[in-house]
Amino acid sequence: MSASKLTDLSLAEARDGLRQKDFTSEELTQAHISAMEAGRKLNAVILETPEKALEMAKASDAKLSNEEGGALEGLPIGVKDLFCTKGVRTTACSKILGDFTPPYESTVTQNLWDAGAVHLGKLNNDEFAMGSSNETSCFGPVNNPWRNKAKETNLVPGGSSGGSSASIAAHIGVAATATDTGGSIRQPAAFTGTVGLKPTYGRCSRWGIVAFASSLDQAGPITRTVRDSAIMLGAMAGHDVKDTTSINAPVPDYESALGANLNGKKVGIPKEYRIDGMSDEIEELWQHGIDWLKDAGAEIVDVSLPHTKYALPAYYIIAPAEASSNLARYDGVRYGTRLEGDNLLEMYEKTRGAGFGAEVRRRIMIGTYVLSAGYYDAYYLKALKVRRLISDDFKQAFEKCDVLLTPATPSSAFAIGENLDDPLAMYMNDVFTVTVNLAGLPGISVPAGLDAQGLPLGLQLIGQPFGEEALLGMAEKIEQAAGFDARPDAWWE
Amino acid sequence: MSVDDKTVHRIARLARIAVPEEEIASLGTELNAILGFIEQLSEVNTDDILPMTAVVETEIKRREDAVTDGGYVEDVTANAPACDDDYFAVPKVVE
Repeated sequence: MSASKLTDLSLAEARDGLRQKDFTSEELTQAHISAMEAGRKLNAVILETPEKALEMAKASDAKLSNEEGGALEGLPIGVKDLFCTKGVRTTACSKILGDFTPPYESTVTQNLWDAGAVHLGKLNNDEFAMGSSNETSCFGPVNNPWRNKAKETNLVPGGSSGGSSASIAAHIGVAATATDTGGSIRQPAAFTGTVGLKPTYGRCSRWGIVAFASSLDQAGPITRTVRDSAIMLGAMAGHDVKDTTSINAPVPDYESALGANLNGKKVGIPKEYRIDGMSDEIEELWQHGIDWLKDAGAEIVDVSLPHTKYALPAYYIIAPAEASSNLARYDGVRYGTRLEGDNLLEMYEKTRGAGFGAEVRRRIMIGTYVLSAGYYDAYYLKALKVRRLISDDFKQAFEKCDVLLTPATPSSAFAIGENLDDPLAMYMNDVFTVTVNLAGLPGISVPAGLDAQGLPLGLQLIGQPFGEEALLGMAEKIEQAAGFDARPDAWWE
Repeated sequence: MSVDDKTVHRIARLARIAVPEEEIASLGTELNAILGFIEQLSEVNTDDILPMTAVVETEIKRREDAVTDGGYVEDVTANAPACDDDYFAVPKVVE
């Protein structure tokens, strides 16, 4: 099979091909390494690990030839640079981490290697996962493989997992790891025509993932198909004693949840997601989704999530508050970059002033302010109360339905630089996704069509806690009905 | 509520982030825009609502009080910008 054909394969197809010995992991991996090298203009991969990949591929081939190996044996996968990888530089795309090389492996990536996956490289992201466009990375922005019809400017791939979404859309790797604190898996997936799954909080261990906002952060996959997403989640998820918030519950066989019958299933349509100024295209896409699920046998019910409009403001108190505390560890003492000062305090201030980018600095300062004496009750405690109201909204909605269907984003991908000077405009990208993190629910973004500019749009399904199987079964129905098979022209090669 | 230059200085000091004097005013404007946005939470009636600190209600897990990790000083200090033997080195703290 030719190299370009090998990168055409989905994760499931590549897995089956390896098991049937149609090709070797070394051939599959080499094809993806070539795609990675040819795709450098995208700036999606910030550290290529081809030697490590080929070494792992050879070890996988030895296992596969003996009919052995795990669920991901021999499959090349990219890793967001937020996951600590033993002996492989991990920076969270921040200058402050310098050339930090972890002496340990994150639990999620360890699970992937234990399942036989091959490590292709580290992927670009917004600095400390703070951003919705991948423009805050110290390695520079990622170019979306998709361009609008006029092709005059490059577009953002979404964020913060922009390297993950762009690489998968460009067929560099069969899957990528990502993380989602306010939409950082689902929004970039929607911007690139890929599938992004944020699992229930606690489903995947957070141990070894650079922390942003610990009560919201959750790891998940970005893939090209719903089936691939199910396979990846099965390998990533699981209980971990090293993360006290990780849930001790068996990991189901997510792949077997596919092909589910939707008869009798109820899909809720939250009216508050029909926001002011929503484009006709997004409205139309949403209606298509409703029709597709109806045709597949589901019943559509109207539901209300009355506190939706307060989710973003609550998020922009809670996430920065947690971030300001989590990022206190970057002080130039134990790891990363240090700027010298005349005394300890000056060293801290200079190191952090130079090491953090503008968006991270803004969020740390907002977080510091809302937690400071005299403001804690008015801001932080208030936001925690509103968070409960948002979570209660979902509980009430789920008394009437099994899952919720919404658009994934308010628009398709925008141009690099377009929203950079306006933090609030940038924050609006997460208007449909952030509620899910506040309530700790699973959510998935599925490509559902192209807009008038020829750019991908996604639909989001929101599930009940640990309802990933129902979510995947329904996402597959959308995938089948949408028949999304568009691919960007490979202008970057 | 809006922050003035003095408050920006105070927050920067609390956050241990050096901010150049010429950026204080523009940073204050940015922070005020965000604070103005989050201000809308004051519209919400939260009387008798308990703050939500965890999304999955579980009991805090206990584990045996035992040493389960450690014994690799070289790994711990390998990434440090400055080390002296097995110690992290910092500017003089005690006069």
